[in-house]
Amino acid sequence: MDWEVVIGLETHAQLSTVSKIFSGASTAFGAAPNTQACAVDIALPGVLPVVNRGAVERAIRFGLAVGATINPVSVFARKNYFYPDLPKGYQISQYEVPVVQGGGVDIQSPARGPLRVRLTRAHLEEDAGKSLHEDYHGMTGIDLNRAGTPLLEIVTEPDMRSAAEAVAYAKALHALVRWIGICDGNMQEGSFRCDANVSVRRPGAPLGTRCEVKNLNSFRFLEQAIDFEVRRQVALLEDGRSVVQETRLYDPERGQTRSMRSKEDAQDYRYFPDPDLPPLAIDEAWIARVRAAMPELPDAMRERLERDYRLPAYDAAMLTQSREMAAYFEDAVRAFSGEPKTVANWMLGEVSAALNKAEIEIAAAPVGSTALAALLRQVEAGAISHKQARAMFDEMWSNVSVQLTGLSLEAAVGRLSAIIEEKGLRQISDEGAIEKLVDDVLAAHPSIVAEFRAGKEKAFNALVGKAMAATKGKANPAQVNAILRRRLGA
Amino acid sequence: MGGPLDTVAGLARQLAAREVSSVEVTRAALDRIAALDHALNAFVNVDGDGALAAAAAADAARARGGAGPLAGVPIAHKDVLMTAGLPTTCASRMLATFVAPYDAHVVARLKDAGTVLVGKTNMDEFAMGSSNENSHFGAVRNPWQPACVPGGSSGGSAAAVAARLVPAATGTDTGGSIRQPASYTGVTGLKPTYGRCSRYGLVAFASSLDTPGVFARTAEDCALLLGAMAGPDARDSTSVDRPVDDYAGSLAARPADPSRPLAGLRVGLPAEFFGDGVDGEVARAVDAAVGELRRLGAQTVDVALPRVGLSVPVYYVIAPAEASSNLSRFDGVRYGHRAAEYRDLADMYRRTRAEGFGAEVRRRILIGTYVLSHGYYDAYYLKAQKVRRLIADDFRAAFGRCDVIAGPTAPTAAFRLGDKADDPVQMYLNDIFTIGANLAGLPAMSIPCGFTGDGRPIGLQLHAPAFAEARLLTVAHRFQQATDWHARAPALPPA
Repeated sequence: MDWEVVIGLETHAQLSTVSKIFSGASTAFGAAPNTQACAVDIALPGVLPVVNRGAVERAIRFGLAVGATINPVSVFARKNYFYPDLPKGYQISQYEVPVVQGGGVDIQSPARGPLRVRLTRAHLEEDAGKSLHEDYHGMTGIDLNRAGTPLLEIVTEPDMRSAAEAVAYAKALHALVRWIGICDGNMQEGSFRCDANVSVRRPGAPLGTRCEVKNLNSFRFLEQAIDFEVRRQVALLEDGRSVVQETRLYDPERGQTRSMRSKEDAQDYRYFPDPDLPPLAIDEAWIARVRAAMPELPDAMRERLERDYRLPAYDAAMLTQSREMAAYFEDAVRAFSGEPKTVANWMLGEVSAALNKAEIEIAAAPVGSTALAALLRQVEAGAISHKQARAMFDEMWSNVSVQLTGLSLEAAVGRLSAIIEEKGLRQISDEGAIEKLVDDVLAAHPSIVAEFRAGKEKAFNALVGKAMAATKGKANPAQVNAILRRRLGA
Repeated sequence: MGGPLDTVAGLARQLAAREVSSVEVTRAALDRIAALDHALNAFVNVDGDGALAAAAAADAARARGGAGPLAGVPIAHKDVLMTAGLPTTCASRMLATFVAPYDAHVVARLKDAGTVLVGKTNMDEFAMGSSNENSHFGAVRNPWQPACVPGGSSGGSAAAVAARLVPAATGTDTGGSIRQPASYTGVTGLKPTYGRCSRYGLVAFASSLDTPGVFARTAEDCALLLGAMAGPDARDSTSVDRPVDDYAGSLAARPADPSRPLAGLRVGLPAEFFGDGVDGEVARAVDAAVGELRRLGAQTVDVALPRVGLSVPVYYVIAPAEASSNLSRFDGVRYGHRAAEYRDLADMYRRTRAEGFGAEVRRRILIGTYVLSHGYYDAYYLKAQKVRRLIADDFRAAFGRCDVIAGPTAPTAAFRLGDKADDPVQMYLNDIFTIGANLAGLPAMSIPCGFTGDGRPIGLQLHAPAFAEARLLTVAHRFQQATDWHARAPALPPA
């Protein structure tokens, strides 16, 4: 009999504010330890928190993007516990009344098709510092640079039924927070990290006992950790034993989860509203200002690309993976002023392949949208064959002297023409010249002609190949084809 | 003469007229502290060199013509307020060697006004207490009767002003910690509206109640100091962005009928403040003071504060709850006391906090931790917050019928050291009349209004609606213009 997997995710997205959520210290990553911690962050006696409106604004942006309710009044609470990297002895977080409530994220489930993962809530809180256990000869170092960094904790309902769905959700959420510019999404630096609540049950049965797997900072670890956890829980249950509610940590080295603390060890955090911070009030006018400044959201843009550029759904979905990708596409289409599908093909083909190979983001691509458009104009004008264009693209990507960065469209087109000329790549499209070429080929290969006449269609391709080879590939293949057919009366 | 025997207003006049220099006045204050404070223990730290340097700077500014209104006036700060470069101990072993790296907002404002800081005053540890017996640096003596407490928690500031060591000192009032010691030492103490003065740099005890304020000999002096301290501060989200009234100007305004300066004023007398729990001598002195207010033209009206009797239990849930969280930062990790030896992290926390905090602080952390615990939160903390709102409603309703509310500041005059030290509940009941203003966030004052037969001062408490400090100070000033209780000094050697 089958087991049904039930998963809910809690994601901590670090908000991309310049300063911390309750102080003016910088949030930049990678500074020397404790150089970005001010009096408030290290919790000197007498200091007080002041809410960073930029963090609140980003939470509102998120709420609007997922169709959630923005609570007009939400409350910051203190979560009390002792730990050396928690300077105040409490974390300021939102507990009973979060800033964002409800909403959802649409995903494509590999097994169940399109579905909406419902969000329970998203709330603002501050990050703790870091405890550094290596390099201190049995002592622990404390780095408080991260203390007070703004986080949005995004909590789903238990709506996912497989690790693959959890990964699809995490990827969609990751793309969304980057799209709306509230989080840089850098998973190595911990800017986007997930905890997974995993349980299994017989289909139709009540929810099983869940375990929370902590600190999954890559999509691969998320998938592996859930798969391991599901196998572990199923094995326990099939063995007649039971799952104990606990918090577990994923060990990527071993590909296993291990127990951190059980429910019995759970601390009493003694939450209460923070008396240093009045309730967070968000009026309609603030929400309206944020809404007015919102970028077009990925779903809306995907539909628009399909409609306005007559793109297949797949292409539109791929081009809206990131805002930068979509912007590149629209810029290139505008500059190219040819068929949008041509641009899409290039982007999902050559451009994507080159990006993957170089492991860079599209914003850093050596061939920008204008350069790509210039190249496609040359193809469209017949100045260069598609095959030559691909070679040219590789050249533009890797050879600095051929890069067209920063040039206007006209300048790029002009420069490209010169390069094509220089390298002798210009395509032969002169009707008379190709007629002569075809006649020469026919005269030189009577046996192949005879084969064709005898009904061997493949012989035709051999004749095209001879013509192309004779011009080192520069002859316009479409013209060669047409003239050859005419001459052979086929 | 100049020096700490004069009031702030008197000193400011003499300094402005160049009759005395700040260096002379400051030296006189330092000399008097040196001569008398070993018996009082009002100061935990005196910064003689810093004070004289600041006084010289104030004199120089005066010579250039760029001096503030309080330039050169020596004052003291309660040791719960951060003072850059000076120890700020909260009278706790936990912070016994802690040097503040920044100035509290009110400290900076008073510095900007030109005041000269002579030292930091003793207090109950982390402002928890009503007798100033809970200090790591020892109890403070009442200048009127050394066997008696000066009240608390701002006992050092009250004693310093009463003994004329300084003309004024700051205090903080979380549950009567300015008004009760003002009453016990015969000085004038003002607790402003919550939010009127920034809490930035005030080491938190109970954040929703903590209020910086002042001690001085007169309401006029309190007005001068409040004018310098008050105002919004972007670093304190609970400070209120609202213009500061001209307090000194309000006091200086001439009444229409000088023989009846309080004509038109309605003084509310809540039955709850005049009941059986009040000592007879205190009740008689307060009644006489109310009679004086009537003689000055005020009309008295009966009002009710039916739930104010719940103030003490409500306070002793909310204040410890907030304290238990506020004091978590004293963990031995980054600053302050750390146990010399420990087995592991939990042991380090345990020993550090057991050694660093005194018994009363530990008691309140335990109470606070308990009332916030899972399963008890609703019954204690949430219920207390609801009753707190009802108490504030009582005051609001009463102020619909009157302009100020009068009563005794404390049920008794100063008690003897050790008398209540073993009975926390008796100690807590001392705050029964003062806590209401903290729970409701209202401004209130204690002004001297008489003495017991054996010479201990008695205080009259006045409450006003939120942000009506100008009214409160004006009523107190009119009373002091007509009486001389505030001008009496304890029998100490003259300066």
